[in-house]
Amino acid sequence: MIDIRGLRKRFGEHTVFDDIDLTLERGEIIVVVGPSGTGKSTLLRCINFLEQPDAGQIRISDLSLDATHATREQILALRRRTAFVFQNYALFANKTALENIAEGMIVVDGQPKAKAHARAREILERIGLADKAGAYPAALSGGQQQRIGIGRAMAANADVILFDEPTSSLDPQWVEEVLGLMKQLAAENQTMIVVTHEMQFARDVADRVIYMDGGTIVEQGPPSELFTHPQDERTRRFLSKVLAANAI
Amino acid sequence: MALAMHSLDFDYMLSLIPVLLGYLPLTLEMAAASMVCALVLACLLAVIRVTRVPGLNGLALLFISFFRGTPLLVQLFLFYYGLPQVLTFLVSINGVTAAILGLTLHFSAYMAESIRAAIVGIDRSQIEAAQSIGMTQAQLMRRIVLPQATRVATPTLMNYFIDMIKSTSLAFTLGVTELMGATQKEAAGSFLYFEAFLVVAVIYWIVVEGLSWIQKWLEKRLNRAYQR
Repeated sequence: MIDIRGLRKRFGEHTVFDDIDLTLERGEIIVVVGPSGTGKSTLLRCINFLEQPDAGQIRISDLSLDATHATREQILALRRRTAFVFQNYALFANKTALENIAEGMIVVDGQPKAKAHARAREILERIGLADKAGAYPAALSGGQQQRIGIGRAMAANADVILFDEPTSSLDPQWVEEVLGLMKQLAAENQTMIVVTHEMQFARDVADRVIYMDGGTIVEQGPPSELFTHPQDERTRRFLSKVLAANAI
Repeated sequence: MALAMHSLDFDYMLSLIPVLLGYLPLTLEMAAASMVCALVLACLLAVIRVTRVPGLNGLALLFISFFRGTPLLVQLFLFYYGLPQVLTFLVSINGVTAAILGLTLHFSAYMAESIRAAIVGIDRSQIEAAQSIGMTQAQLMRRIVLPQATRVATPTLMNYFIDMIKSTSLAFTLGVTELMGATQKEAAGSFLYFEAFLVVAVIYWIVVEGLSWIQKWLEKRLNRAYQR
């Protein structure tokens, strides 16, 4: 359903990654792990053009575009087929929880306000925040804000949800409720690509784990294989380090 | 020679109040008209500066630099006494129009910079979030950026409005009989300068205090979404 070919991103002289290929089936859950600064987040941000890739093809269901000459309309269409969950939640500070979720349905999809609000209430129910409909982001905990962030992504009805380190900014006590919601989405066969340092989540939920280092996909496979029998030396070193840290 | 000091003529002051208040509407109308025009122009200038429209950005910078860099009184004289000599169709420009024009241009230069700062100050990730759900540049400006920038800029803009009300008094130098012009005439007739200017000072003061009160109320309202 998603097919990415030869994706390249440079910042000035520095090449973040080059010639990345990535394919996803509908309902597949991919977790991307790797050291900081290896281009995991940039890859995710290139998939919906928050960063403009320098080369490559992106195809999502019936839409395909070439990074070098994507039109404005193609980029908007691509963004409607993807949804994004940000590390720092990035909720609209001037909108309530309900409005944050309904905003895209009203402004982008052109739904009537009443219908969008009804759907937003359903989503609030599902993410367990029905009682916070009227609360502004400033009044919510980090965990609640990130669940709203995920709710906003759910409302987009996208083909894939891209998660950019969704628990990295959270105080430890809020991490579980966010991971729990992501697991719930996974159980409903939501297609997703998750960049995270939560190894246990990768083990439990991922269909496929990708290890990225130095701007390349070093290796990938089902978590049972990648975590127990990593083939590449770099993967082995990374895993032994983070798994030791996680065990403490 | 004895030190001459006459006592305040309270009766005169009281009788002056209703007379001067009759000119308050013109003062407020000039300020309100200038404020509305200045806001529109300032928003335009701010958006040009933020999005760096090629060509226009340079012009906006020049405009802002000139109107912040020269005294308001000089600008008013330039428009009322100077410009009609060059652009003859302006010969019929009246004092009120010239004052509104001058106040608009002068204050829009200041306001453009505070609106620009407010727009630039909006958290970048909210803009990305709006983009990520497929909003166009215009949609995210209208729905996310400008409402928040308005809140940030409001206290400063209200201060400029207060300053503007006081600055309308300069219009009397263009022959406009507004609050200050009227006071000048009254004082010249009665020779009671101290009484007359004291009354007009208090009138300005009360108007500005009233506005400050509205400003506080407005800020409280605008900040509702940001209370913990």
